[in-house]
Amino acid sequence: MTDDIDNRKRRFLTQSAAVVGAIGAGFAVTPFLASMQPSAKARASGAPVEVDISRLEPGQLIRVMWRGKPVWVLRRTPEALATLAEVRDKLLDPDSEESEQPEYAANEARSLKPEIFVAVGVCTHLGCSPTYRPDQRPADLGPDWLGGFFCPCHGSLFDIAGRVYKGVPAPKNLEIPPYRYLTESLLFIGGANEEESA
Amino acid sequence: MWSERASAFMAWVDERLPVTKFWNDHAAKYYAPKNFNFFYFFGSLALLVLINQLVTGIFLAMAYKPDATLAFDSVEMIMRDISWGWLLRYMHSTGASAFFIVIYLHMFRALLYGSYKKPRELIWLFGMVIFVLLMAEAFMGYLLPWGQMSYWGAQVIISLFGAIPVIGEDLALWIRGDYVVADATLNRFFALHVVAIPIMLLALVVFHLAALHTTGSNNPDGVEIKKLKGMDDIPLDGIPFHPYYTVKDLFGAGVFIILFVLVVFYLPEGGGFFLEGPNFEPADPLKTPEHIAPVWYFTPFYSILRAVPSKFGGVVAMGASIVVLFLLPWLDRCRVKSIRYRSPVYGILLGLFVLAFFGLGVLGTKPVSPLNTILARVFAMMYFGFFLLMPWYSAKEKTFPEPMRLGEAVVPLAKRRGRHWDIVRQGLAAIQNSAIFQSMILRVVVGFIVFFVLLDFLFYF
Repeated sequence: MTDDIDNRKRRFLTQSAAVVGAIGAGFAVTPFLASMQPSAKARASGAPVEVDISRLEPGQLIRVMWRGKPVWVLRRTPEALATLAEVRDKLLDPDSEESEQPEYAANEARSLKPEIFVAVGVCTHLGCSPTYRPDQRPADLGPDWLGGFFCPCHGSLFDIAGRVYKGVPAPKNLEIPPYRYLTESLLFIGGANEEESA
Repeated sequence: MWSERASAFMAWVDERLPVTKFWNDHAAKYYAPKNFNFFYFFGSLALLVLINQLVTGIFLAMAYKPDATLAFDSVEMIMRDISWGWLLRYMHSTGASAFFIVIYLHMFRALLYGSYKKPRELIWLFGMVIFVLLMAEAFMGYLLPWGQMSYWGAQVIISLFGAIPVIGEDLALWIRGDYVVADATLNRFFALHVVAIPIMLLALVVFHLAALHTTGSNNPDGVEIKKLKGMDDIPLDGIPFHPYYTVKDLFGAGVFIILFVLVVFYLPEGGGFFLEGPNFEPADPLKTPEHIAPVWYFTPFYSILRAVPSKFGGVVAMGASIVVLFLLPWLDRCRVKSIRYRSPVYGILLGLFVLAFFGLGVLGTKPVSPLNTILARVFAMMYFGFFLLMPWYSAKEKTFPEPMRLGEAVVPLAKRRGRHWDIVRQGLAAIQNSAIFQSMILRVVVGFIVFFVLLDFLFYF
């Protein structure tokens, strides 16, 4: 009797059944994994925000929440703007070629109007929110510090236009969100019509 | 009469479920080496802490609310309004730190006596998986109080996955379930923390112990007791686990529990290391705390992450610092297991490794500064050097002859090798031979002082 057993056929049937079973298991596991993706509600909650900047003092930074993230709006002083050219040599990407920003913010000040700086306040390293450090030459950041942003988590440094310094863990400049001016003193952050806002 | 009935009952059970056989195989007739020392407490203590975490965790879950708007307040409610809630929470939070203390000592024991070597590679691998699961469990548990440190710690660790090329950003998004750490993240971390990972941990503990009971325990001398068996087929240097080691481990558990409850009652925040200050503030997605640091047991690995000045490089280095531990059984080529019979080179390198591990741990709690970064890089090199140079130095080691039979649990001073022990012996001899020591009066005085100091300690607590 044993001589009649076709082991090749048996092996083929076992293996093909296992493969079909594995494919089935792959399909079965998909809904479980997909259920962990952002929900429809989370995806829809990217509504734009309006920010009134009429009472923003020179040197003052305010934080607003956009898509759950902190967005900074800062009115830069002329002195702070003057440091932009000065720190250029110490920056990793001074012309923002490798960084994320709308086309109209791909300039030295990384903004529509030089004095108003809008940026997503999330470090491009591991997602902490950097601290606003406009003070020049403080004890902890050293005599070369001309003001900008310092990430307390892993020590990344950014200049006053959110451009990252060389030799720190963050790989890119801070992200600039799409934004436009509704009036002279009313900012509109986010929104789909990026071309329109330019 | 009674005992006859009891044995008849056990016979009835044994025919249906091999309870007696299981007890004999794993306790009453499971033979362990006779010379276990202090370092052999930590396996059973890890089991004790695991049970503590499971029991306190179940009761905490009855009052905790995994919802971003309610979580912080529900933890405060546990602390203030639930009867004995503070005790449950502090037992759980102190238990987390105790777990890592116990596990690190348990792993250090393996490094001392070569417990990961052939034929115990699988025990080590299962143990390493337990360690990684434990880190995941601790990390997810730390998000649940929804404090500032919970929130930003999770933000940083999840962002680590974002550094992986190509799939990273989507992977981080999938883990969070939202574009930032949010309610969805908290809710799923709760599910993983209380159901998924504990089940995996328990399964791995079963594998770890099943593999251990297959090969039998290693011991401080690093020689196999199964090689020398008596006429009765019992290892000559083996003693039954029960009652010898059940009693020893119960004593260890008693001492451990005393230390544990002292922390729970008098030092539950562990000086800001067990529960960090910023976590007493509710999570604020707009503001990172001035100084963020992970809980102490993650700081050595966190330091390695910070030491590398590149995003992807840092993540790779941190991952490698864990992965290299998995490879240990194959990196170490020395035939001798125990440090007692390995060359002094290994002892020195192990000492440097421990120094580097502590150094990285301390630096991980401190803010970034140029000096700290340099120190972290040096320590990180030492950490990796210990493992990556191992295939060379361990293959060339000049070892000492191993004994046939097991020796002492702790090597007595008189038998210790090395010039530094000569100096200790000479020093002690000099003290013992000195005239002052020999006068009885001094002995009595010292005895009284020691007695009253101990008494003071008792009353202080």
